[in-house]
Amino acid sequence: MPILEFRNVDKIYNKMTQALTDVSFTVDEGEFVTIIGPSGSGKSTILRCINRLVDATKGEIVFDGHNINRADKKEIRQIRKKTGMIFQHYNLVDRLSVIENVLHGRLGHKSTISGVAGHYSEREKENAFIILEKLGLTEQAYKRCDELSGGQKQRVGIARSIMQEPRLILCDEPIASLDPSSSKIIMDHLSNINQTMGITCILNLHQVDVATKYSKRIIGLTQGRIVYDGPTEDLAKETIYEIYQSSEGELITDVG
Amino acid sequence: MLDETMKKAPRPQNQTSVFVKRKRTFTIVFVSVFALFTVSAVVTNYDVIKGFESIPQSIVWIAKNFVPNAQAWEKLPKILEKLIETALLSIAVTVCAAVCAFFFSLLGTRTTKVNPWISRLVRIVAAFFRNVPDVVWAILLLFSFGQNILTGFFALFFATFGMLTRTFIETIDEVSSSCVEALHATGATPLQTVFQGIIPSSVPEIISWVMYMIETNIRSSTLIGILTATGIGALFDLYYKRMDYSAASLVVILTVILVIVIEIISNQIRKVIM
Ligand SMILES: Nc1ncnc2c1ncn2[C@@H]1O[C@H](COP(=O)(O)OP(=O)(O)OP(=O)(O)O)[C@@H](O)[C@H]1O
Ligand SMILES: [Mg+2]
Repeated sequence: MPILEFRNVDKIYNKMTQALTDVSFTVDEGEFVTIIGPSGSGKSTILRCINRLVDATKGEIVFDGHNINRADKKEIRQIRKKTGMIFQHYNLVDRLSVIENVLHGRLGHKSTISGVAGHYSEREKENAFIILEKLGLTEQAYKRCDELSGGQKQRVGIARSIMQEPRLILCDEPIASLDPSSSKIIMDHLSNINQTMGITCILNLHQVDVATKYSKRIIGLTQGRIVYDGPTEDLAKETIYEIYQSSEGELITDVG
Repeated sequence: MLDETMKKAPRPQNQTSVFVKRKRTFTIVFVSVFALFTVSAVVTNYDVIKGFESIPQSIVWIAKNFVPNAQAWEKLPKILEKLIETALLSIAVTVCAAVCAFFFSLLGTRTTKVNPWISRLVRIVAAFFRNVPDVVWAILLLFSFGQNILTGFFALFFATFGMLTRTFIETIDEVSSSCVEALHATGATPLQTVFQGIIPSSVPEIISWVMYMIETNIRSSTLIGILTATGIGALFDLYYKRMDYSAASLVVILTVILVIVIEIISNQIRKVIM
């Protein structure tokens, strides 16, 4: 059953930059999809249209029964509550502790007042510690986030998004700032969340080899247009060159 | 390496070399500074040499007259009382202005994404309050409040409010835009984002700015006090006009000590919170 559907979506920034052109695709519940494409091709824009961090210019986006483009403030909050987001630069509140950052995932579910006061129920706190344990961060729970390594910070970001109990997690280059071994840990966690909790994941990645290793489906984007959408095993070498608009030997990743 | 016979390495064609550009910028800056100085000296009839020559003279005069004597020390309790009054007023003004400026700056930052027109309006209002010097505020307010402690209070309040609004907007934009985005994405309401994201990430910088403004305001309030006949400024003015230079000097020395003490305290606080 589709959980997300893009129908002929265009995005034009400031009436000038055409970031997306006629983008259409559907994502089924429980899928793990990776979007690849060169810098500036519009990967982040696609993810940001889904939770309305940016507004699509044309077309329709339907997520879990919500028509995203027409959603009012209240409905946007409902949509965001159901979608977690993970960022390249983690985007944590660095001066707060790990546990507080994880609990921020609950803000969408709370009344304004209790959120402002930072008042969380015992159950929410217990859940937060369970998630931290799964991500191997129990020892770090009371540390300030600016004391953590990049890999640990990204795990806090993941914990925060799971705390939301989302239907969908959007990951915008989750491993772009990490070394290979931390990258593997993060990718394994994401894959695990997708398989054990059934949360749909959409990722943007720069590493084609990582994309093909972890996801069954790849979407290739070039200059705001989808040039490939299909199973990973059908992604031909030539298609990858087409996506990145280059020829053999010009890419750093070994696509052979 | 650098052999005469060696072929020259290629350089970009049809573009001005950065080295030439730098030299040109330097020359322009130097010439304009010199021209500006000359023009202003001519316009104001300022004699550079005479100006420098008068420095030793004034030092001698200060050293002769501006020394607290026994009589001056008798006035110590009175001076201290006024000094404390001035310090407390400055702190009160700064804190009030800071609280107002913080909420005002929330409307001015890009991170909260309030209406862009409101943001622009906030920035203009802040710039207006900031660019009118506190002494000018004091003179303007003298008309409505007269020589009253309120005049000094509002003069400092307006100038501080303008200054802090601007710095808070910059601080908030700089420290919290990334985490604010993440909190928005979780579905947090704007108010929740302010209290869970913006305040925790910017509080140390904000406190640091408030401390700085307290220091500045103690200095300014001395000057404004002369105009409004209140606080330590009035006392200084009184002694000075009576030509009681030794008492006036004690006022100056104690004010300087106060400012230094406040600065030491605020540095200490900064160290702890940063
Ligand atoms: N806020 C914005 N305002 C104006 N133009 C923007 C904005 N965000 C993105 N763009 C433009 O839209 C296009 C797509 O950008 P986007 O960030 O979606 O690309 P991307 O595929 O995520 O690139 P990268 O791999 O570098 O992150 C680019 O041309 C970019 O300059
Ligand atoms: Mg991007």
